[in-house]
Amino acid sequence: MRTSNQRSFFFNVDWITVFIYLALCTIGWFNIHSAVYDDKYPSIIGLHTNYGKQLLFIIASISLATIILLLDSRFFSALTPFFYGMTVFLLLLVLVIGHNVMGNQAWISVGPLKLQPSEFAKYSTCLLLARYLSGVNIKVTEVKSFFAAAAIIFFPMALIKMQPDDGSTLVFCSLIFVLYREGLSSYFLIVGAMFIGLFILSLLFKTIFVVGGILIVFGIIIAIVRRNRKRALTALAGMILAIGFTFAVPFVYKHVIKEHQRVRIDEWLQLSTDLKKAGYNVHQSKIAIGSGKLWGKGYFKGTQTRFQFVPEQSTDFIFCTIGEEWGFAGSVVVIGLFVFLILRIILIAERQRAPFSRIYGYGVACIIFFHFFINIGLTIGIVPVIGIPLPFVSYGGSSLLSFTLLLFTLLKLDSNRMGIAGG
Amino acid sequence: MNSFFERRYFIQALFIVMAVGLLARLYYIQLIDPQYTVSANNNVLRRILQFPGRGPILDRNGKSLVQNEPVYDIMVTPREVKPFDTVELCKLLGIDREGFDKRWKKAVTYSRGIASPFEKQLPVKLYAALQEHLSEFPGFYANQRSVRTYPDSVAAQFLGYIDEVNDDDIKRSNGYYHRGDYIGRTGVEKSYEQLLRGQRGVHNALVDSRGVEKEQYMHGALDTLPVAGERLISSLDVRIQKLGEQLMKNKVGSIVAIEPSTGEILCFVSSPTYDPNLMVGREHGNNIADLIKNPYKPFVVRPIQAQYPPGSSFKPLSALIALQEGIITPQTTYFCAGGYQAGNHWVACTHHHGVTDLRLGIEGSCNVYFCSVFDKLMNTNGIANTRNNYIDWKARVNKFGFGAKLDVDLPHELKGYVPDTTRYDKVFKGRKWRSSTFISDAIGQGEILATPLQMANIDCIIANHGYYYEPHLIKRIGDKEIIKPEFTVKHSVDIDQQYFEPVIDGMQAVVDHGTGAGSKIPGIVMCGKTGTAQNPHGKNHSVFVAFAPRVNPKIAVAVVVENSGQGADWAAPIASFIVEKYLRDSISSRPSGKTPEWIMAQNLLPEIKGSKPVKADTAKHTAADSAKRVARLKKPADKKKAKNLGGQILAIQTRNDEDQ
Repeated sequence: MRTSNQRSFFFNVDWITVFIYLALCTIGWFNIHSAVYDDKYPSIIGLHTNYGKQLLFIIASISLATIILLLDSRFFSALTPFFYGMTVFLLLLVLVIGHNVMGNQAWISVGPLKLQPSEFAKYSTCLLLARYLSGVNIKVTEVKSFFAAAAIIFFPMALIKMQPDDGSTLVFCSLIFVLYREGLSSYFLIVGAMFIGLFILSLLFKTIFVVGGILIVFGIIIAIVRRNRKRALTALAGMILAIGFTFAVPFVYKHVIKEHQRVRIDEWLQLSTDLKKAGYNVHQSKIAIGSGKLWGKGYFKGTQTRFQFVPEQSTDFIFCTIGEEWGFAGSVVVIGLFVFLILRIILIAERQRAPFSRIYGYGVACIIFFHFFINIGLTIGIVPVIGIPLPFVSYGGSSLLSFTLLLFTLLKLDSNRMGIAGG
Repeated sequence: MNSFFERRYFIQALFIVMAVGLLARLYYIQLIDPQYTVSANNNVLRRILQFPGRGPILDRNGKSLVQNEPVYDIMVTPREVKPFDTVELCKLLGIDREGFDKRWKKAVTYSRGIASPFEKQLPVKLYAALQEHLSEFPGFYANQRSVRTYPDSVAAQFLGYIDEVNDDDIKRSNGYYHRGDYIGRTGVEKSYEQLLRGQRGVHNALVDSRGVEKEQYMHGALDTLPVAGERLISSLDVRIQKLGEQLMKNKVGSIVAIEPSTGEILCFVSSPTYDPNLMVGREHGNNIADLIKNPYKPFVVRPIQAQYPPGSSFKPLSALIALQEGIITPQTTYFCAGGYQAGNHWVACTHHHGVTDLRLGIEGSCNVYFCSVFDKLMNTNGIANTRNNYIDWKARVNKFGFGAKLDVDLPHELKGYVPDTTRYDKVFKGRKWRSSTFISDAIGQGEILATPLQMANIDCIIANHGYYYEPHLIKRIGDKEIIKPEFTVKHSVDIDQQYFEPVIDGMQAVVDHGTGAGSKIPGIVMCGKTGTAQNPHGKNHSVFVAFAPRVNPKIAVAVVVENSGQGADWAAPIASFIVEKYLRDSISSRPSGKTPEWIMAQNLLPEIKGSKPVKADTAKHTAADSAKRVARLKKPADKKKAKNLGGQILAIQTRNDEDQ
């Protein structure tokens, strides 16, 4: 290939990533086909069925990928502010003229298609974050830069939260790893992890036990670091923060978190189990996946998904079809592909000379990983139900196109990493 | 930058650990925990039972006695019900608002998501009107089933009825029956249940989350088709059955007719009867309750469950045993002076026959003759031997099917009663046995009890000159017309053939110019014996047994009309009509001038003590008297009864109950 003049544009494209991308799209299409197959429309392409449309989206995505690879890589960096501005405009527009589907005002109609601006917001935010952090004299460790970077992330987040699309909002949190990679203090991660852990523990156990646990853990830490006055004080501050947070949890849980979210969390932590209502989706999803056993029931033989026991089979719960029809073996393949893809993206990011490309690459990795982990995790009940699609696999044009945009922009930047050194 | 460089590995490691977490969880739910597979099957697998048509029952000439008719169960799934016009639905179903609420509550209590019967057994007519509107009532749908229907409305006790299974039936069947299944409760429906019900089919379907069937499980590999129940051809002749039921209208009693050469029961009338169609349909529960309350007990299957002293109809049997034992010859004579002195008791014989031989004894039903013969039989080899002689005699009587079940193919047959030696041992209390004490056995009175079926069977034996086949109601089973092997076994009574002719001579004389002469059928030689069964509770029972024609007999018949008087008055003409109808399919005039129409018009229902006189209506009423008697006699080996009868023995019934 590298000798072909015609394909000279693609000389340096990371074909391994492209292959994984195509593999995931194909797996996605076949599973959508099986999950929502309709006798009335046997055609694999068309606008009547999700699989018919998904095939069109895949074709469109591949076309988009090709166009991206043909563009000049400087184009992305240059147009970053425009993309970001455009996204913000669309996010504002959707709040005004958007379609409300199941309580989420997330879609704008363009002819027969529905556009989901929040999907594209991930892309433009990644780009702008990369562009900002790659600027001269910008260091995340500096307060001013940190707040600027945080603002870039929070602005679209806030707009999406207003739709309110909780899933997409949370996706932006994953970008904390980008900042971490670029030098953000480890304390942010530690405190973040502590808050999540304490939140769960506070719901599961009585406050008094959690506080007791905090006192013991921090007591040990302080005892260890007592000779280092600075560290001991930090630990003490952490302990106070932890205890304060623990006491705040019941109030926050009751008054800040919304009813439908609270129900999902309750179901997730098994604080309440109502398999007919709130717990129905996840229970049925687990049944579908669990009944797949080692090798699965086979293509088109998944009874739970095909007979509508599992909701949202082609979008948020597409992994059920994989688990049911292809079993543990199929699940391992899909998870393996994702892990390989994400590690590959990090590898690509790390080999960039240009900080812009590297930072952007991490953004891509973080966003895809967050989607991957949350989406599969919710179908097997290890995370609460947060409705976000499985990248490249779930049905949905906006999702597929935006992930394609995300990934292939990185591949384009990567293919030019030699040519435009310092770029 | 170095410390930052390490962060890439931290991030990668974190991602890998989290992905491994996903895999671990998947490993657990897909490969370790089996509950999800079970739940998945519960979700989608539905075992749908497919019900076969119940086997029809035909009469011996191929006329349908029972067949199936479609009805509709209206089912409801409460969750799928949307607001609708309740009044309209009530009107279409023919129920009121209160009834609607009751049914609705029941359905909701059963399940909101699973369909249950809302209204059962809607007849075709009502359903036709409902069908057009059914789409206006989402959540309601119709389930077609079939119910029994009886085109001629005859032979109710013979056919029996079917009813929904109860918890006991389900438990007893080891899981064969399910709620809502039907099972034969009485009659042929019960005794041939396993053949009639057929085999249920199973359809393993995969359903979606709304319970709608999507496809077959494993392409139907585990499915079975329902196999329709076997068609049964009964031995009944619906022509004489109908005639018999009409003749017995407003009377209590039985008619049993048997084909001697096969044991096939031709006519099986139990009166009062009821319309078997009452056992079907929406009102069947109420109808059953009404019939149970009916004092004439229409549910009692009198041909096999009512037990009577056979009276004089027992005498031919007595004669045969004496002949076989060599006690008498046909020429042996006794002098009848109008009564017989048995110890302290006087057994009267109103006829005053003078010198009486066997033939005259039977023709004139001479009590003196039979008492004398019996006395001689019991005292063979000396008075000391009476007890042993009785044992021998009882064994012979048992051979004729008295005191034992004939194993007719109906449930709950009673076996009649021939007293055991222990019975008389108690009476004698260690004293020597004396034939005079139980002399009434000789003339079919005393303790001996027989069902009408057993009486008819005796005449089969006489007609056959010494053997019988188990009387039965079903002659052929299924399309292959299988005959049950036990019905082809000859049962010999161990009486030499030569002894029958003299007895039959006597029986012919009974009809030709004896007690039954009024019922002689012109041109048909019928051999019979009248009897009048004493009834200590009221008017005597009229009994007549016969077979015809004498040469190559085609039909043996026993008729009992309770509380009606003498055998010649009622039982004999009824029997003669049945015989002639069967042999000729027409009825000619009788010397007595009685016609079937006249008999049909007579109301012989005994009055019910302690209750208002009732209207003459066969299906509804019976005398308390006879009802009580039947109920009492229904309990075999009833100790209390045994005691009562023991008392009666000592007070021998001396009246002559014979005809004329």
